[in-house]
Amino acid sequence: VIGTWAQIGYLVAAVCFILALKALSSPKTARTGNALGAAGAVLAVIITFVAYKPDNLVPILIALLIGTVGGVVGSRRVQMTHMPQLVALFNGVGGGAAALVALMELDHVQDGQTVAAIATAFTILVGAISFSGSIVTFAKLQELMTTRPITFPGLPVLFVAGLLGGVAVSVWLVSEPRVLVGVLLCLLGLAVGVMLVLPVGGADVPIVISLLNAFTGLTVAAGGYVLGNTLLLVAGTLVGAAGTLLTKLMADAMGRSVFNILFGAVRGGSTLGGGTASDRPVISGSAEDVAILLGYAQRVIIVPGYGLAVAQAQHTLRDLVEELQGRGVKVDYAIHPVAGRMPGHMNVLLAEAQVPYEQLREMDEINGDFKQADVVLVVGANDVVNPAARTTPSAPIYGMPILNADEAQRVIFLKRSMRPGFAGIENELLYDPRTTLLFGDARESLAKLLASVKTV
Amino acid sequence: MTESLALLTIFVLAAFVGVEVISKVSATLHTPLMSGANAIHGVILVGAIIVTGQAESVPVVIVGLLAVVLATVNMVGGFVVTDRMLEMFRGPGGRKKELHK
Repeated sequence: VIGTWAQIGYLVAAVCFILALKALSSPKTARTGNALGAAGAVLAVIITFVAYKPDNLVPILIALLIGTVGGVVGSRRVQMTHMPQLVALFNGVGGGAAALVALMELDHVQDGQTVAAIATAFTILVGAISFSGSIVTFAKLQELMTTRPITFPGLPVLFVAGLLGGVAVSVWLVSEPRVLVGVLLCLLGLAVGVMLVLPVGGADVPIVISLLNAFTGLTVAAGGYVLGNTLLLVAGTLVGAAGTLLTKLMADAMGRSVFNILFGAVRGGSTLGGGTASDRPVISGSAEDVAILLGYAQRVIIVPGYGLAVAQAQHTLRDLVEELQGRGVKVDYAIHPVAGRMPGHMNVLLAEAQVPYEQLREMDEINGDFKQADVVLVVGANDVVNPAARTTPSAPIYGMPILNADEAQRVIFLKRSMRPGFAGIENELLYDPRTTLLFGDARESLAKLLASVKTV
Repeated sequence: MTESLALLTIFVLAAFVGVEVISKVSATLHTPLMSGANAIHGVILVGAIIVTGQAESVPVVIVGLLAVVLATVNMVGGFVVTDRMLEMFRGPGGRKKELHK
């Protein structure tokens, strides 16, 4: 029961969130949009303190301070290559917070408030799933555990049993809103979350982050229903709906269905892949050979991948591109939607290296240009130029839209080794007679190339 | 029941708004958008403050404070990391500024 002014203040905050999401959809307004969202959140917190006059004020303020320091330090210190796992972690703690709020609210749910009890059960179960799922996602991306899908016989049975158990305990909780039952539901949720993410392969993990993000949004909405707080309801629903659509957009960009990403490995190992390198002959060249190809080309297209980011070679690549442009070569970067570890991740990494935004070309926009390209330089990417996505129906990436690097006159791969990409499948393009491989760390190779281009 | 219905109405309308506002986003911005949406659900902090402010026994307060810390990390960290990502989408001229520093 809060005053009208507080309700109106919450409405203003909700409008801020809507405008923030809208503005985040366009590069020009995105940063303003994020600031607007932050302003809405701060407004909402201030209103809450004034309107609800909470007890335990000092401990709450201290907890707020600890959380703020943790959040700022974590997000300031993180390297941009590690950003996806940080987002996963933030999402997980949000889901955990929602589950805890619902657990504490159990005492206040009275008999006869069936809808509120259902919403509470939903928040606890899904919040716990989001928390543990995000933690496993974090561990996979941070490579604290294997990035390969983990399955074992009986996992599907256990998973379904966990879900059914979750539903059963939810029903129990609705009829008997006791904290102990809530804790049991929470534990079940944690187990289900772990089992949900274990079978997902490393390359698909970003989709899972997005899905869990939508889950957390829905739990916040349900929490808002329980507390009768319209702001939580609106903000949570917005994120739940936008997050669900975003998950679908990301999956579409990879040519996969969300269902296949989550359960593909369980159903028959379609995302497992071989993971072994073959010993077929390839053409490898020296930095000087490659420098001549690049230096005397008229049109070069760069395909950057996660390997570039891992080697921290974005700056060296930009220097090489500027050198080529100085020689009159037309150079563009072709950005696959899922280059890097997350859709849009590569744009962030290249922007960090101050590559001008207009040189970054999206896949649909540049795919027609590969036919005119003299040289395509693939740096630390593999699956996004693998023609198997078009030609081999049995390949796990079949149907994924790819960059048409195979249509160029010459293709150069900068690679560490012949190890297959994240999807774990062979790339025919590597064995093509028009392809030259330059083995080594991406940063060293690019530095050598840069030096050689200057002399040719 | 009318209050439940009002909340249900808000839920359904907000769901449509959520889908509508981001339906035209380019792949370039998928990651910042996800991160920004992630920060917005950190507003569960409001819920954490409300329940902790009503808590009477020490164990409940402790759980509540834990929720406040987690929610704050989600909210503050989320907005800051999104800003860091977007900071890098500089237009032409952004680089010059950097060099002058």
